[in-house]
Amino acid sequence: MRFMSIVTSSDHMQPTPELLEAMHKLADREIKAGRMIDTAGLMPLATGARVTIKDGKLRVVDGPFVEAKEVVGGYAIFELQSKEEAVALAVEFMQLHKDFMPGWEGTCEVRAYFEPNAEGVCDPLAEARA
Amino acid sequence: MKAAGAHQAILAVWRIEQPRLITSLARLLRDVPLAEDLTQEALIVALERWPKAGIPERPGAWLMTTAKHRALDHLRRRRMLDQKHEMIVREMEEDEQIMPDLDTPLDDDIGDEMLRLIFTACHPLISREARVALALRMICGLTTEEIARAFLVSEATIAQRIVRAKKTLSESGLSYETPHGEELSQRLASVLEVVYLIFNEGYTAARGENWMRLQLCSEALRLGRILTSVAPQEPEAHALLALMELNASRAAARTDADGNPILLLDQNRDRWDRLQIRRGLKALIRVHELGGAGGVYALQAAIIACHAKAGTADETDWRRIADLYAELALLVPSPIVELNRAVAIGMADGPEMALEIIDGLRDEPALKDYHLLPSVRGDLLYKLGRYDEARQAFETAAALAENQRERDLLLRRAAEAAGAEKN
Repeated sequence: MRFMSIVTSSDHMQPTPELLEAMHKLADREIKAGRMIDTAGLMPLATGARVTIKDGKLRVVDGPFVEAKEVVGGYAIFELQSKEEAVALAVEFMQLHKDFMPGWEGTCEVRAYFEPNAEGVCDPLAEARA
Repeated sequence: MKAAGAHQAILAVWRIEQPRLITSLARLLRDVPLAEDLTQEALIVALERWPKAGIPERPGAWLMTTAKHRALDHLRRRRMLDQKHEMIVREMEEDEQIMPDLDTPLDDDIGDEMLRLIFTACHPLISREARVALALRMICGLTTEEIARAFLVSEATIAQRIVRAKKTLSESGLSYETPHGEELSQRLASVLEVVYLIFNEGYTAARGENWMRLQLCSEALRLGRILTSVAPQEPEAHALLALMELNASRAAARTDADGNPILLLDQNRDRWDRLQIRRGLKALIRVHELGGAGGVYALQAAIIACHAKAGTADETDWRRIADLYAELALLVPSPIVELNRAVAIGMADGPEMALEIIDGLRDEPALKDYHLLPSVRGDLLYKLGRYDEARQAFETAAALAENQRERDLLLRRAAEAAGAEKN
């Protein structure tokens, strides 16, 4: 099963060198254990854009987006056996933040990738297959 | 915590920590089987305590401490018998007094240790089946029960294989080391073979009802990723990873909603996993950079890449596939490679030429009971309009197929040929 962990925060604190080192170590361990497939930090909102459809109109909005309270700081993609493993890794990752960046607040969200035939998901190609 | 939920959460943590625990302990104790036993013991202690106390903040360090205490107990008991162990005990005891920091052994670069562990688990002295079981258990953290379920054998059989393999490791006094030079490539070949064996067992489950057992595929992919990150200079490791990624990318398209197999050329390519294809092609580029494009896995990966790159079945570069099979046949002459080359020739140059190659293979003892030979032959005959012969070939193939799903497909094709004959 593939999972994406997404870190969001309304905090604009720069990660401390200790945290960066600890995260690097964790990522290195996970890559060498064959579990992590990809990971990256994300640049501030000002460097991005949003393309939206509202009231039938398509709009491109350059960042920063004033309405955005939470900023996605980074993501990681894992291939694991279970949600429990994904949660355990997210807990470990957040523990590093607790230890090495006191005062920081944020969220690590864990999402499973779509897989055909999985229960509780809509299959975009179901019709084509039937 | 609810008992069942806690149980699963503990197993998840343990699966993440386990290879590091084994590698760190094996380095301390110079004994892989003992390290594996102690890791299991640490899990049992965790299963007793964590449901009540909660999962500790640093579960890895907790498990390491527990395993180390067990190791000390164990070694103290054997101290009088073994001078080497006495020395290790002293080192460990001094370590504990001077520096009670238990994170350090976990934080060290585990790349080399992991490679050593893989080489030990896949040692040629151990039977191939036991190598598979050891790798899945020690490196991937699968339980004996999970391995047994994946390979459709009893749990007792797997447990026995593991015990016997560990005994072989202990008795032979194998040094827990990464081999060098010529020996490394020989041993690496054995490691890659084990990984590919696991993958293939999952990808085309030869026995049973299900065509695939995907969990084995993902564990093999995981082992492949470990190999490429701990031995990044080995082109064949990257090539095997490429081969597995590219094959696995088609998993969702290989069966229909009822579980019947869909042949490669009939597959809905929208269902191929693009991310996985990209990863496979990237690994293949790495193979070329390392100068290993002529390797056995590299050639096979290059063949699958031809399919992965073709937007539609018609766009497939069959000429290149035929050439790659010819190159592969020089490297590992085998009637199966020849059979596959015939299929490619059939697509590139027409069924007539392919049938000539196939008919040359009819007396190959290795293909005597191989259902794909009459299956391919049937397909070529069908294309040539020789429907009655095609029907006979498909029926022969169906009788030889061991997989129920494949047998059904072949019987359908036989009926198709019979229908065409009548018209």
